[in-house]
Amino acid sequence: MSRKLPAKDVVIIGLGWTGSILAQELTDAGLDVVAIERGPWRDTASDFPPSYSPDELRYRLRHELFLRPAQASLTFRNNLDQTALPVRSWGAFMLGNGAGGAGVHWNAETWRFAPTDFAFKSHVTQRYGAKVLPEDMTIQDWGIGYDELEPHYDRFEYLCGTSGTAGNLKGALQNGGNPFEGPRSRPYPTPAQKQPFSHTLFAEAARNLGYKPFPQPSGNLSQAYTNPLGVQMGPCTYCGFCEWFGCGNYSKATPQTTILPVLVRKPNFEARMECEVTRINLDRGGKRATGVTYVDSSGEEWEQPAELVLLCAFQLFNVQLLLLSGIGTPYDPKSGRGQIGRNFSHQTVSTATGFFDKAKFNFNPFVSSGSIGMCIDEFNGDNFDHGPHGFVGGGYMGQVQTNGRPIEMTQQLPPGTPAWGARWKQAVKDNYLSTVYAGTGVHGACASYRTNYLDLDPTWKDRFGRPLLRMTMDLHDNELRMSAFLTDKYAEIIQAMGANQVAKQPRKGPYDITKYQTSHLCGGAIMGTDPGNSALNRYLQSWDVPNLFVQGASAFPQNAGYNPTGTVAALAYWSAKAIREKYLKNPGRPIDA
Amino acid sequence: MRSPTALRLVLAVLALAGCRATEAAEGPQDFGRTDRGRYLTIVGDCAACHTQQGSSQQFAGGRPIETPFGTLLAPNITPDRETGIGAWTDDEFVGALTRGTGRGGAHLYPAMPYPSMTKLSRDDALTIRAYLNSVPPAHHPVVANQLPFPFSIRLGMAAWDALYFTPGAFQPVAGKSEEWNRGAYLVEGPMHCGACHTPKNFLGGDKSASHLQGYALQGWFAPNITNDARSGLGHWTTGEIVAYLKSGHTAGAAASGPMAEEVALSSSKMADADLQAVAVYLKDQPGQDQPAPAAPSDTVMTAGAAIYADECSACHASTGTGVPGLFPALAGASGVQSSDPASLLHVVLRGTRSVATETAPTAPAMPSFAWLLSDDQVAAVATYVRNAWGNAAPAVTGSDVGHARRDLAERTD
Amino acid sequence: MRIISRRHLLATSAVALFILPKSSFASIIRGALPWTPGKSDPPTRVMPGPWVYFTPAEGAAVEALADRLIPPDPETPGGKDAGCAIFIDRQLAGPYGRFDGLYMGAPFQPGTKQQGPQSPVTPAQQYRLALAALDRHCRASYGDLPFARLAGDKQDEVIGNLENGSIKIEGRSGSDFFDQLLKDTRQGFFADPIYGGNKDMASWKMIGFPGARYDYRDWVDRHNERYPHPPIGIGLHPDWSL
Repeated sequence: MSRKLPAKDVVIIGLGWTGSILAQELTDAGLDVVAIERGPWRDTASDFPPSYSPDELRYRLRHELFLRPAQASLTFRNNLDQTALPVRSWGAFMLGNGAGGAGVHWNAETWRFAPTDFAFKSHVTQRYGAKVLPEDMTIQDWGIGYDELEPHYDRFEYLCGTSGTAGNLKGALQNGGNPFEGPRSRPYPTPAQKQPFSHTLFAEAARNLGYKPFPQPSGNLSQAYTNPLGVQMGPCTYCGFCEWFGCGNYSKATPQTTILPVLVRKPNFEARMECEVTRINLDRGGKRATGVTYVDSSGEEWEQPAELVLLCAFQLFNVQLLLLSGIGTPYDPKSGRGQIGRNFSHQTVSTATGFFDKAKFNFNPFVSSGSIGMCIDEFNGDNFDHGPHGFVGGGYMGQVQTNGRPIEMTQQLPPGTPAWGARWKQAVKDNYLSTVYAGTGVHGACASYRTNYLDLDPTWKDRFGRPLLRMTMDLHDNELRMSAFLTDKYAEIIQAMGANQVAKQPRKGPYDITKYQTSHLCGGAIMGTDPGNSALNRYLQSWDVPNLFVQGASAFPQNAGYNPTGTVAALAYWSAKAIREKYLKNPGRPIDA
Repeated sequence: MRSPTALRLVLAVLALAGCRATEAAEGPQDFGRTDRGRYLTIVGDCAACHTQQGSSQQFAGGRPIETPFGTLLAPNITPDRETGIGAWTDDEFVGALTRGTGRGGAHLYPAMPYPSMTKLSRDDALTIRAYLNSVPPAHHPVVANQLPFPFSIRLGMAAWDALYFTPGAFQPVAGKSEEWNRGAYLVEGPMHCGACHTPKNFLGGDKSASHLQGYALQGWFAPNITNDARSGLGHWTTGEIVAYLKSGHTAGAAASGPMAEEVALSSSKMADADLQAVAVYLKDQPGQDQPAPAAPSDTVMTAGAAIYADECSACHASTGTGVPGLFPALAGASGVQSSDPASLLHVVLRGTRSVATETAPTAPAMPSFAWLLSDDQVAAVATYVRNAWGNAAPAVTGSDVGHARRDLAERTD
Repeated sequence: MRIISRRHLLATSAVALFILPKSSFASIIRGALPWTPGKSDPPTRVMPGPWVYFTPAEGAAVEALADRLIPPDPETPGGKDAGCAIFIDRQLAGPYGRFDGLYMGAPFQPGTKQQGPQSPVTPAQQYRLALAALDRHCRASYGDLPFARLAGDKQDEVIGNLENGSIKIEGRSGSDFFDQLLKDTRQGFFADPIYGGNKDMASWKMIGFPGARYDYRDWVDRHNERYPHPPIGIGLHPDWSL
């Protein structure tokens, strides 16, 4: 039996990047906002200070900052013929928890998607003909263009102080930047980070092969920065304990270091921590959200009424909460009908490890940052002719090695090395300082398919007795061919750096829930222009329940070959603007396209 | 939600009004009078003591005030007739505020800063009353005196006054600028800076020869704010002092502890011209040359340097320069070189969060190192930062740290 | 008297809860960033001493296993002297050994390799079962000797048979336990010494990893130079000595 609380203008589910951005924008508009977050508050000085943050076992292996599967998990299978089984421990992706969400432990690689990514289906169909797309591939256009999002990418980068080198300023190509990027209205707020040895060596080799390498856009800052909200960040110290970890010295862009200090000061904002939203409540007609029900840390259930509900949880849990709340029509892979759960995708990452002569190369791999690196974009999106290759899509690639943490790093040994014993030990000793290993050296796109989708599991339940989400996911030939091609190209560059030996690790099927492949899950509640094949309109507003907006990568119709956070945040600003300027003038109604 | 524009407007009005603070007042019906009182209440930081932390009942009293002799509870000063000051006459109010005379002849303890508030004119005092009359009355009985015998005997305060209290409204000093005099009035009067920053004798009276030269209280050391070159404001520009009081931060320094509260509740809301006047006055307060301390031992400095490199440099930088506005500089920092290292030990052992203000909202925090560093290691790193990069201050000993650790462990704030 | 006043207090708070509908059990953030003086959450240091989870025989077996997986050499200790078995013992006695925080909802049923482990047997239980099976295997095959007392080449033979799955544990391939043991031993060898392994940061010295440092600003553009400073651990700083 839940007790009813006084109504708020806005209730936000989840206080990660999108929840923080929306809260900031809507409190600025004068609305009374409450954010409900199932994880704890997290603060730099007490949760991950420099004195004990550099702890590989605790944060990387034991998943200190992540959601506990006991609190919420999902089930997984590769195809419709299998029985999905619970994900008992995280593997393929990591799920954030608490204030800042995954924004606390991300690498801070702050990319924009390319202009063609937003109309990928139209673009490749036009260039190569419709028959290039496999029958069961369900990619579709986003319903929004790069030019519309550009000001919002810009806002996010200036919020974060992103360090980088522009490649395209208002249409004019710039030396040293990414020549394939969409036009940006102004340079990055701070210059690119300095690069360690192996990263510069990669750039040199790539340049010699005729590519145009550029520094990865980084939310680990090259210098101190004060953002437009007045929040200050420090310079990155290249500690090598960035992604999977919290930043101990305010130098990684996170909600904590960019928005939350300003947000918590506002009298019209409140965050309730360690409270889990169990459903979005609808009125009798099912067309209006009346608020949310949540359970606090002592098991008490509360109802929080609100005029506007913003679903800002992680992609998986956005979809789960929609399904559990009976919003929209669940997707059915057999008929292809239904919107909630369709077009689920991930990221096709691979790498090639280079082993170098230790007498000549000393890379000091521990000197690094989460989003450091030198990259090339020649093989991303449709930047190259796919005609002869038999696949669509691509990815960026680079020496983006983030660390030399020994438990992880010593797993990379020349092929043929035994797994234990004296030869293993000698190989570890000989290779640690002279190995080039970027776990996601090749960061490839992932298309959406008819049978890659999310629904509710019939068997396994969460701690409240609600069905777990069920993920049905496999890698398809298009992605496997793409991965083989991109990994070859990447290995050529690693070889050209002067490696003695290169071990290629292209992505192989079937999709494996135990192998880490970035945390860039997307789709399931996608945006579009047709209520028949999308859950949200182009402003991330639910077609079915107009006073509900669903933020995050769940809106991506398929994944591009870049890290998603920049686009997730840009969409959040875009959606916030639409709420402020369009929705609030006529609340409760669908925004006209 | 307070409108920033309205606030700025009010401050602008007050900045003008403030210049005429000692002139004849407007009539009691005048809206500006209440607002002047509100401004003086902010300058006087009355809410800090008279509002319980976390309470929504402003000025309803009840907050414990630590004194060297025991704890007092600040009384209710809302206009509630029974438990507040609603039934007081104007004379009683002015007497309490500026002379420490309580209602019915009782005597206030100088935790109430009447030795400073005495600089206020009767009219200033009555504008404060006018403002306090405008706040909602709160029925909230507070038994102020919680002191142990013999300090519980208020009669003794008359003798104290005879020794340490010079009553009388502020008199401008001839030959000094109007700005200097405004600063003097604010610092010595309503801001009552000396209440924390002037050393006290064993009876709690000001050591007037060391005026504003720093005093340890509440587990912190309120630093020397004279123009002393090393441990005072000698290296601060007036602009930096203004920025510090306004935002709690300068490129090199950050307010935390009791000063964070002062900035948040009081000086961040003061008019820029007044802060400038304060800075001008403070910069004109002569320091006292401290004899050069003995150089610490090499062993201690070597260990201190190693601790600093491993635990401190990721924020404060190997050069001790910090990050402007975010991580305080330690090189050349007056707070680090204070004669008394209490604040330095406090932040190392307990950590601290710096103040958040409108213009500097970040409020970065320093983590606690109590779990990691032994007393001798804290002493070594404290001694190191007090003597590296051209700094010079007496070495800190392990037993100093042990005392600080025990005292801090007992603190409930 | 005390009972009455406590009751009175409880009654009062219940009323307050009833009248004021607020989520009094949530941690509510508003107005300012929270701050608790002295708050920190460092890892708990593993202290030397007797086994916490293992029996003496199990401990001896794991020490011997670790010392063959990571053998000593003239410059660097092996798994035993590096403390890998102590590390594993303390890990098994803690949350890791119990599967704390993992999803343990029933039913448990076998799936594909891609679906990940589905066993309800915790790491602590797995070690107990596997070490017993290993002991039986060794005693049966090598003249009633436990693993720890076999000659080095025989120990390697046993480990090889675990690795290739020819030794069975509870009817299942021993390679699952081999994988678990190897993973845990390596973690003990390379993790921060505060967890009981990596004694004196021996593995970090061996490979040239400077440990729990947090500031390499002076080193990011010093390319192809060996970093000169020795490692430090969380709470392990040889050059802090006074």
